[in-house]
Amino acid sequence: MSEAVAIERPDEDRQEVESAVVRFAGDSGDGMQLTGTQFTMTAAIAGNDLATFPDFPAEIRAPAGTTFGVSAYQINFGARKIMTSGDQLDVLVAMNPAALITNLADVKPNGIVIADSGAFTDRNLAKAGYEKNPLEDDSLHGYRLVAIDMSRLTVEAVKEFGLSNKEALRSKNMWALGLIYWMYGRKRQASVDWLNAKFKSKPDIAAANIAALNAGHAFGETAEMPAELSGFEVLPAKIAPGTYRTITGTESVALGLLTGAQLANLNITFCSYPITPASSLLHQLARMKEFGVVTFQAEDEIAAAAAAIGASYAGTLGITSSSGPGIALKMEAIGLAIATELPLVVVNAQRAGPSTGMPTKTEQSDLYQAVYGRNGDAPMPVLSVSTPADGYEVAIEAVRIATKYMTPVMVLTDGYIVNASEPWRIPDPTGHEKFAVTFRTDPEGFQPFVRDEATLARPWVRPGTPELMHRIGGIERSYNSGHISYDPANHQKMTDARAAKVAGIANDIPEQDVTLGEPGGKLAVVGWGSTYGPINRAVNNMRDEGHDVSHIHLRYIWPLPRNLGDLLAGYDHVLVPEMNNGQLKTVLRDQYMIPAEGLNKVTGKPFLIGELETAIRARLEK
Amino acid sequence: MNVQSPPEKLTARDYATDQEVRWCPGCGDYAILKGVQNTLAQLEADPKNTVFVSGIGCAARFPYYMETYGFHTIHGRSPAVASGVKLANPELDVWVVGGDGDMLSIGGNHTMHALRRNIDLQILLFNNQIYGLTKGQYSPTSKIGTRSPSTPLGSVDNPVSAAQFALGVGGNFVARSSDILQKHLPEVLKRAYHHKGASFVEIFQNCIVYNDGAFKHFTEKGVQDDMQIHVEHGKPLLFGKEKEKGLVLNRDEMRLEVVTVGENGVTEADIAVHDEKNRSLAMMLAQMEPPTMPVALGVLYCGDAPTYETAVHAQIEQATKANGPGDITKLLHRGQTWTVE
Repeated sequence: MSEAVAIERPDEDRQEVESAVVRFAGDSGDGMQLTGTQFTMTAAIAGNDLATFPDFPAEIRAPAGTTFGVSAYQINFGARKIMTSGDQLDVLVAMNPAALITNLADVKPNGIVIADSGAFTDRNLAKAGYEKNPLEDDSLHGYRLVAIDMSRLTVEAVKEFGLSNKEALRSKNMWALGLIYWMYGRKRQASVDWLNAKFKSKPDIAAANIAALNAGHAFGETAEMPAELSGFEVLPAKIAPGTYRTITGTESVALGLLTGAQLANLNITFCSYPITPASSLLHQLARMKEFGVVTFQAEDEIAAAAAAIGASYAGTLGITSSSGPGIALKMEAIGLAIATELPLVVVNAQRAGPSTGMPTKTEQSDLYQAVYGRNGDAPMPVLSVSTPADGYEVAIEAVRIATKYMTPVMVLTDGYIVNASEPWRIPDPTGHEKFAVTFRTDPEGFQPFVRDEATLARPWVRPGTPELMHRIGGIERSYNSGHISYDPANHQKMTDARAAKVAGIANDIPEQDVTLGEPGGKLAVVGWGSTYGPINRAVNNMRDEGHDVSHIHLRYIWPLPRNLGDLLAGYDHVLVPEMNNGQLKTVLRDQYMIPAEGLNKVTGKPFLIGELETAIRARLEK
Repeated sequence: MNVQSPPEKLTARDYATDQEVRWCPGCGDYAILKGVQNTLAQLEADPKNTVFVSGIGCAARFPYYMETYGFHTIHGRSPAVASGVKLANPELDVWVVGGDGDMLSIGGNHTMHALRRNIDLQILLFNNQIYGLTKGQYSPTSKIGTRSPSTPLGSVDNPVSAAQFALGVGGNFVARSSDILQKHLPEVLKRAYHHKGASFVEIFQNCIVYNDGAFKHFTEKGVQDDMQIHVEHGKPLLFGKEKEKGLVLNRDEMRLEVVTVGENGVTEADIAVHDEKNRSLAMMLAQMEPPTMPVALGVLYCGDAPTYETAVHAQIEQATKANGPGDITKLLHRGQTWTVE
């Protein structure tokens, strides 16, 4: 087993900073995502709060050295509460010219740029579109440039393992990681352990990577670095006691669905079709077989939704997932679940659209689709996930509502949430309130559409139950018997009942609270989904400056919390930042007749805190 | 198929609901409904463990008339819905009912994948070569030249052969019968029921309103003996009123030919014997068309293969054996964790 070399530089000349934003950027084959997740884990173990943002291309192996093949991983870590992955970079690690040219604009003035000069060859420079080498022509004078031939140093560091040049260069990311570990005074042991475990069957590769990691670290200690690069220190944040892990939005939703199913005393039948960025949920659940989870990779999106509905009909919890275009394909089937009043959870990892759009980029432009996007009057509850860890509670709530009210429920995540990660204090799943499903077994007075008086839900009968044989279907059903009915008054009554059932869920969800600030005042900034972090930090900063502004963040998109109209009426102005062209804003205007204003951004990237501060200031000064 | 334990012996009538059947008078669907109800009675099928799933179309109204569990879904998607039912509860007997438009046009993809996965469903395709419920448009099985509201000058596209499609996508049980063959149909359906895996049964069904007589060239009394061959595993491929005709394999051209026993020195020993394990023979049988060849009815192909839902649940059992039953608290702590004091 290889080990970290046990020299740690004394910390006395380190500069203390409250937080830092580091981005690793390189070719999609350079292992930047691994590098980023390793740095994240180590920061978490060091006690920092953090948020991450992986940003990778749609192409699996784009031609090496091209700008569209650049893969990046950003982490914001600090001694204070971290709300976003950071507006601007303190440190950019650029493994090639393409990574530099595509990421430089995000670096702070006078920020640190660490570049692998060994990859700045004529060929790579040309591919990135540089006429001259930016490491040599003083065009980076506004930054603190550290150009190091990491390629050569890596090859030298791993020479003893007899790898080919190509294989040796694969450890370059670990060399860079080692250097950044030194820069922030981080221990390497967690990454060493991880490498030893990952390459258990290839000890040479593990040893080479660890040698590269140590070499990068040693370079920081011994090299003549510019004075201002003497190393930094980011102290631990004040974090509530408990056991923690990092968690992505995909992981939290998967674990929440599983916990929810256990609380409902149901097995999961998860039916999906591969699509970016939703597929990772299928991958997660496919590895949870010992929990009785059936995963079904269907032939298409429609089949996935249809099979999930069949699975719910048969008495398990049917779940399907996709992203925008796939959700559009599923909508007719979702209408069937609404009409036949069967539970179903639909997870929608939103991405930038319309049509194929930008599959790997984030957006929150499926709110209309979720709330309104079906034929007929077809209401269904819609919940949204605000942070990577929030998916756990939201998924549990989706299962609760779906099974209690016999309805499909849509959970909205997005490309940012599913891939981003944050530390998560692991909850005790056994402490959660149970909501075990009671299947109807009593034939006395049974009719498939006789509703529960309180919830308006119809009974759920598992096929196989004696004496309860019945038929359901998409054709309009007679109010109690479920038999085919074209009676005009019956259709009115059933349409009203379906609407009332979903509207009534508002009485079974928490009232909307003020996320940050006061219940009334000059300006409410209302958000939903992954804009939580930047809105919260921006509102916090503005309040520190003494402005009268509050943050209200919605989990329940449909039905809306029952007090929301009254709450919003208490503010002079309502500003709704969204990564779409104004969808929640329109719903709020429609529901409450308030002059809500939009702040809209559809670049495929999350809001920056600074953008929101500027907009809030402008609104307050208007 | 599963072991059934009905409380008492049921008759065909016990499998009928109290709902008024709403097909056109004279529709072939009535005969199929009766045939299916007879089949279930003969099988002593337990209504509580029986599920009929359908899509959209005339045929798809079927579940409303069966006193079993039933799910009338959306156009084309019944094989997918039924797959979910079977995956969630493999103990159920799941029947899928649909027409040629439902299962070969809008739902062709789902039919294909249900068949190649070999999930244990009985898929009954009522082929009337027309769209009935939408009022008479030509369908993917309509012959070229079919005049319909959407093809007033005749259809120009080549039809699909349902049985060849099913064989081609790897279906493990492919059979044919007809609405008017009230003895033959239950026998074929029973075979389909007992087969483990996806069973595909194409049932020629007359649409009296929009495509009347589409199959009369091989179903009418005067021609049926010469234009139908009822295949049985292990028996010579003989047909005709006196079983005087038969099929032989022309090995030079790799095709079946009709011969007459007693003519040109042909004896019964020369006649090909049906082997339902032989997919190539099944495909040749499925290709036969009047007037030069008879239509092959019965079980064309019946192979052995593991079923999808069995394999899926076996993996769950294996994982549970290897990892122990899932412990959610442990799962939440999987991977790297750290403790803040």
